[in-house]
Amino acid sequence: MDWLHFAVFTLILFAFVISGVLFFIWYERRGLGRFQMRPGPNRAGPFGLLQPVADAIKVLLKEDIVPTLADKPVHFLAPLVAFVPAMAVFAVIPFGDGALLADLNIGILYIMAISSVIVIGIFMAGWGSSNKYSLLGAMRTIAQEVSYEIPLVLSILGAVMLAGSLSLNDIVKAQDVPFVLLQPLGFLIYMTAALAEINRTPFDLLEADSEIVAGFQTEYSGMKFGLFYLTEYAEALSVSAIASTLFLGGWSGPAFLPGFAWLIIKIIAVFTFIIWVRATFPRLRIDQVMSFCWKFLLPLALINLVVTAVLVLSGLNDSPWIAIPFNLLLAAVLIVGLSRQFRTGGGHAST
Amino acid sequence: MTLKTDHYVINIGPQHPSTHGVFRLRLTLDGEVIIDVEPIFGYLHRGMEKLAESRNYTKNIPLTDRLDYLSSMINNQAYCMAVEDLMKIEVPERAQYIRVIMAELQRISAHLAGVGFFLNDIGAFMTPMLYMFREREKIVELFDMVCGQRLNYNYMRFGGVAMDLPEEFLPALKKLLNEMPGFINEYDQLITTNEIVLARCKGVGVLPRELAINAATAGPVLRGSGIEWDLRKKRPYSVYDRFQFDIPTGENGDTYDRYMVRLEEMRQSVRILKQAVEQLPDGEYIGKAPKLIRPPAGETYTAVEGAKGELGFYVVADGSENAYRWHVRAPSLINLTALREMVIGWKVADLMAIFGSIDIVMGEVDR
Repeated sequence: MDWLHFAVFTLILFAFVISGVLFFIWYERRGLGRFQMRPGPNRAGPFGLLQPVADAIKVLLKEDIVPTLADKPVHFLAPLVAFVPAMAVFAVIPFGDGALLADLNIGILYIMAISSVIVIGIFMAGWGSSNKYSLLGAMRTIAQEVSYEIPLVLSILGAVMLAGSLSLNDIVKAQDVPFVLLQPLGFLIYMTAALAEINRTPFDLLEADSEIVAGFQTEYSGMKFGLFYLTEYAEALSVSAIASTLFLGGWSGPAFLPGFAWLIIKIIAVFTFIIWVRATFPRLRIDQVMSFCWKFLLPLALINLVVTAVLVLSGLNDSPWIAIPFNLLLAAVLIVGLSRQFRTGGGHAST
Repeated sequence: MTLKTDHYVINIGPQHPSTHGVFRLRLTLDGEVIIDVEPIFGYLHRGMEKLAESRNYTKNIPLTDRLDYLSSMINNQAYCMAVEDLMKIEVPERAQYIRVIMAELQRISAHLAGVGFFLNDIGAFMTPMLYMFREREKIVELFDMVCGQRLNYNYMRFGGVAMDLPEEFLPALKKLLNEMPGFINEYDQLITTNEIVLARCKGVGVLPRELAINAATAGPVLRGSGIEWDLRKKRPYSVYDRFQFDIPTGENGDTYDRYMVRLEEMRQSVRILKQAVEQLPDGEYIGKAPKLIRPPAGETYTAVEGAKGELGFYVVADGSENAYRWHVRAPSLINLTALREMVIGWKVADLMAIFGSIDIVMGEVDR
């Protein structure tokens, strides 16, 4: 009955992603409203719940404009190339014990591989639009997203080492205590790099509205823009889901709620953090973003990897009461110590 | 190894989220690095100086509101002082105090908007700006009380102000003055020591002292470069010589210093306002001025310390009901002339930070 499993789970995942994205859009707009002391959308339906629906209808009805000089096939394909991988990531995320579309024994590798494809879609959009703002956005995309992939993967490896498996289902089962306590540094690196990967403040340089108008999506309108928008929120959803799965215990939790409910609560908690960051921080500059990645996050991720390896091999991580305070202290010392050494650099080019 | 790269040209504006109105910057870029920039203005030009020569003196007051529309009260004051100078009209003491109160409130609200937009330009997703608009709103309500308007106030007249302060004004103002230092401290905590703000502003877009003077910049842009020049102190007008306040200055002349000067100036304005409310005398709110203003032939240049710098009105009278020549020394325009030197070698993102830190209003740049 494998085909039935795939058919049903594909439908469930599709419904989950679309409804999750709609919820996130509503939740973020309302949340930002609260952070910024303004009401936020509240007219369409109770608590503005119909706002994403109204937005969706509006996007569907808008005219699809393609610039005369655009590379038309590339311009057309870009949103699809970005959107499909963002959906496909969810295939390996477990909603309960064994409740996932495909229990790959290389689940994490699959996620890393497939989510990198989104970059190609974004670059196609920037390049194919024949617009200089888009081009700047596209150049930033390649530089930023490819760079941040490295600390992202390295930070995840800590959790993989602790669990001894690449399967997400096994990683969840291995968490007697959530890995965030055993891997605090890994979690922080993961969240930072993930914010850069999904193009969120303070790394939202790909569209950077106050600098390059809308970056790679400047020349997109109507449903094609809608697909990029969906991609962005689907990515936020997947990042929150992966963080919950790898570091916060995934679907496991006290038995008075079913497993998927715990997962959803954790996803919302992580996304709330992302909104909070967006409401608070200004944007970095591209050279600062790059030096932060290569000079700060990457060494930190490497150190974390080595330390985790030592802890796992020495068996210290098997006794949580020693491991948790030790790891927390280590994370604090490393972050403070390395940030004292880290300088973003001048940024001025003498010409 | 050096790579050979091609330069390319990109237009920022005329319509762009960060040009604070309609303004065009023609950038030559090498990757993201700015090689050259050519500011092109005139997209909002309304021929205001010419227009003013065909309208009588009183009818020109509303025109001044539309120059720097974020500090209309100060514009009003500067123009009225110019005509009063030509006509030798005496302004009663109460009116002078009311004008100072309005000008300082306006300075706070202009700086709130300026700093808020600046932070928006460096990518803080509207939060600081909306916090600052919370207080700006309270000031706008005070203005609404005295003249019934919320943006273009048109409140001052030759010889004084159009109406006396309403009863509810002073209590509301006192309440605001008590709250304001707390709010300013709140911005301070939220922004001033934020690592990203520091990384984006410290050392960025330095305007050296000599250049600041040679380019005739004024206001927070000049003071950010470390030059203690404020017309309220150096060439006191109205009743400013009766108040105690300091002139905040920067040290490095970078984007961060210009921000800090504005923040500190708000504190100083609160200080002035507290003294002005305490000393506010009773009496006439408008002096004796003829219905039809017809100054004797002559000329005047009268300047005040606007929110953005020295705001001056040069008026030449030929004895008729209209001015023969009407010219505005607009600080926004003149501060902008230093932009090119400040941005070359920096990146596109810095351009927005530097441009925002100059704090211009296009209504004043294009008249």
